[in-house]
Amino acid sequence: MDPRGFFELNTWYRGLYLTLDNVLPSWMSYFIAGFAVMFAIVNAMMLLATLYIWFERRALGRFQVRQGPNRWGPFGLLQPIADALKILGKEDIVPHGADRWVFNIAPIVMFFPVPMIVAVLPIAKNVAITDINVGLLFVVAITGFSTLAIFMAGWASGNRYALFGAARAVAMLISYEIPLIITLGSIALLSGSLAMGTIVATQNVPYLLVQPLAFVIFMMAISAEMNRSPFDIVEAESELIAGYHTEYSGMKFGMFMLAEFAAVIVASGLATTIFLQGWRWPFLPSAIWFLLKMGMFVFLFLWIRATIPRLRVDQILAFAWKFLLPLSVVSLFATALEVFFLREPDGSLTTNTLWIMSGINFGLAIVALVGWANVLGHRRYNPAPRIASMYRDGPLGSRPVEVQ
Amino acid sequence: MYGMGIVKGMSVTLRNLFRTPVTVNYPEERMPQHSRFRGEEFVWYEERCTGCASCAKYCPLGIIKIETSPSGEFPQEGDSYKIDTFDIDIGRCMFCGFCVEACPYDALFMGSGFERGRYRRDSLVITIDELKAAEKHPSTWFRPQLEQRRYDPFEGKSLEWQEVGRRYLGQTMHGPAGPTYEYQLETPGALETPSQSPELSGHDEEYGEEEE
Repeated sequence: MDPRGFFELNTWYRGLYLTLDNVLPSWMSYFIAGFAVMFAIVNAMMLLATLYIWFERRALGRFQVRQGPNRWGPFGLLQPIADALKILGKEDIVPHGADRWVFNIAPIVMFFPVPMIVAVLPIAKNVAITDINVGLLFVVAITGFSTLAIFMAGWASGNRYALFGAARAVAMLISYEIPLIITLGSIALLSGSLAMGTIVATQNVPYLLVQPLAFVIFMMAISAEMNRSPFDIVEAESELIAGYHTEYSGMKFGMFMLAEFAAVIVASGLATTIFLQGWRWPFLPSAIWFLLKMGMFVFLFLWIRATIPRLRVDQILAFAWKFLLPLSVVSLFATALEVFFLREPDGSLTTNTLWIMSGINFGLAIVALVGWANVLGHRRYNPAPRIASMYRDGPLGSRPVEVQ
Repeated sequence: MYGMGIVKGMSVTLRNLFRTPVTVNYPEERMPQHSRFRGEEFVWYEERCTGCASCAKYCPLGIIKIETSPSGEFPQEGDSYKIDTFDIDIGRCMFCGFCVEACPYDALFMGSGFERGRYRRDSLVITIDELKAAEKHPSTWFRPQLEQRRYDPFEGKSLEWQEVGRRYLGQTMHGPAGPTYEYQLETPGALETPSQSPELSGHDEEYGEEEE
């Protein structure tokens, strides 16, 4: 056992299993031990999400030069508990026109991807609930469920605003999943594996440096996947009352909210694992490193939310298809070529090779981002031809006709 | 260069993150208000009021209701009318302060309160009894005599009717110059003498230094 991994889940699991195996049949001890470990991890994640709700509200307050919640507990730390109690006390309303069964199950479908993804994240050295060999694919597949859940919620509510929000969500999430998956493909090319453990193990240089373009695309796409600002058209308050969860109240709404906040935690964990060497950095216990890096990404997401305003629907979709998709393809092909020409005879990549690729990819990232933005941005804006109006442009009018 | 706008915006928000919050914890702390703040609770001095109803006449909204009766024993010799009603419906008031400007006897002042939220319009009418019973923290708006004494309604003490006039009544009303109607600002020194000058506010020490 590594002295640095201070909560070795596998050791816990093994110890629990062996202890129980003496008194219980082995299938039952297997089940109980596994359940206990998963229970611990899922609840730790919920606790982190709760803490993050506090952090987000507090830090967002400071970003907006106000104080944020500070009434209950030191620095308002108990505020999420107060919120949860309030939500639990609310009446549970199912609208008359709702599809009751789908309406009730949507929050659960929304929440379950979060613990599922946590299962494959290596949260400390050699510690993960499971390190399946298609981890990356699993993550991509499971995140797709949140789209389904949002559409279920919006459809089953029997509310037009909710349906609008859900339709937007489907359009946006499916658009952004494509660049996300292609980007993750370039990561898989680099590490030669889809397993999260192997991605961390082969990541001798942070993939953030090796794949800057992929990192930028990943951050944008994952922000959209989480429905966070600037991609939060799904619940744009000014247009759709609350989007797909307009009709939800009580703890069902709480599940949606918790799922959204926990998604930030999970996405940060994913970004840490894929781009920032996961738990690997010296001098501190691996779990601490993982939490610190995760916190860094959480702050980055929060900072982006505090800064960038919401985009329009057409802008968001155009951004995904016109900007992110070509760039992610460029990133994938460049990575494929680099790996093809620079790999060792046995197919692996040495640290020096990774540094060389880093240099190439930084140049490529800048050229591709700026160049493609120029190609897209300098297209002339051609509004509909203006018809001279006697009210606007007549002899007494003050403004001459603008000629485009 | 593309993306620089985002970088600039992010740096702006980051700078805001490290600024001191501008909000205060309201029930415990309050934002500092200017002493000329035109507050909701009007300050009215029964002793100074003659019931002339100038304020009611000048009020653009007609929300001041005054009823008087000639109850003084010697009205010919200057006894004022008895004021039976003095209602101000601040539910319709726009706080223009014309009533305060109109008052010839400095009997009506803007108040300094801002916490008179009520559930019903009826309870927004300030009656004469409330005006009599209220703590008098007059705003210094349109009252240069208070401003000169640096009276701060938010920190200073409740003022008596003798202390708020342009003349210090106890001294000059029947002073050596006889009953005077001349505009005569209270000389600051008179307030400093202990016999006749109640301390007006927490700014008195500063004020004394200026005198020297």
